[in-house]
Amino acid sequence: MRSQTFLWIAQRASAAVLALCVLVHLAVIVYAVRGGLSGDEILSRTRGNAAWFAFYSLFVLAVTVHAPIGLRAVLGEWLAWRGRSRDVALLAFAMLLAWMGMRAVLVVFA
Amino acid sequence: MSVLRVSVRRGDVWQAFEVPRHESQTVLDVVTHIQRHLDPTLAYRYACRVGMCGSCAMTVNGAPRWTCRTHVDKVAKEGRLEISPLRNLPVIRDLVADMREFFDKWARAKGQFKGERKRSDDCARVSPDSEKRIFADASIECIGCAVCYSACDVVAWNPEYLGPAALNRAWTLLNDERDTQQAARLRAVAGDAGCLSCHTHMSCTDRCPKALSPTAGIAGLKRATLKAALRGDL
Repeated sequence: MRSQTFLWIAQRASAAVLALCVLVHLAVIVYAVRGGLSGDEILSRTRGNAAWFAFYSLFVLAVTVHAPIGLRAVLGEWLAWRGRSRDVALLAFAMLLAWMGMRAVLVVFA
Repeated sequence: MSVLRVSVRRGDVWQAFEVPRHESQTVLDVVTHIQRHLDPTLAYRYACRVGMCGSCAMTVNGAPRWTCRTHVDKVAKEGRLEISPLRNLPVIRDLVADMREFFDKWARAKGQFKGERKRSDDCARVSPDSEKRIFADASIECIGCAVCYSACDVVAWNPEYLGPAALNRAWTLLNDERDTQQAARLRAVAGDAGCLSCHTHMSCTDRCPKALSPTAGIAGLKRATLKAALRGDL
């Protein structure tokens, strides 16, 4: 019960973080493409920026926490996939998300 | 006299009946007419006929309802009624659903009151204005008809889910200042089978014949669970 409750809390908390991150992310996209910046110009501004690196790392962390927990409920309710095998698969999925997300963050901001 | 065309679910098939239409006729009147005049083998359940006992709930034209207080006028479309047993419960026969799992879940949600006062003790004094008493008042009138349980999609998806009625009962008792097993109750209703799985579809609240809001109670349980988890009491 306790671990399930903490998963639930983690999903709510990560949802709150995501709500903010998505808004900032959308604003950044609109700002970045507004003046017709090229990819190289964008990268020259983002690389080495510690604040944006921290922000997008937090974004990736929130996605890594949020998505697998939501998928856990979907798999249980729609495919009746429950138990340890589901949680192991979702842990692998979380690691995949973290790896893909941080790979992108490192390329753009490191 | 006009006639009502009624389809009744009997096992795997629908059986058609024609029932005379009357003024102020309820769906339970229709089912009773079928059993008394058209087919005495039809099995259904009822007791009080006045919306107190919660035993006559069935699925009427696709939605769960208490049949004794559902007027035909309100639900019959073009003089047609489709009556089947409640969803999400095993069928014993015809329109009779097996309620055991439904009430077992009340027990699993710690739906029993347990106090500490003895007969010789003075009465507990609970202020009618206290927040807890107001919450309890809002949820206490459940008659256990299982309409909400039948309406709930989460029950359909997760057979372990305790369901709106059991969780509403847990919420009622959680707000009973006299009860002594609150920590155990919260543990019973937290987790995948409990309040945390509610999707807030509000089908239970929409369908409850007593106009209760199990959804609000479940939200209250979620808040209480969160607080207990953060305090380390879960």
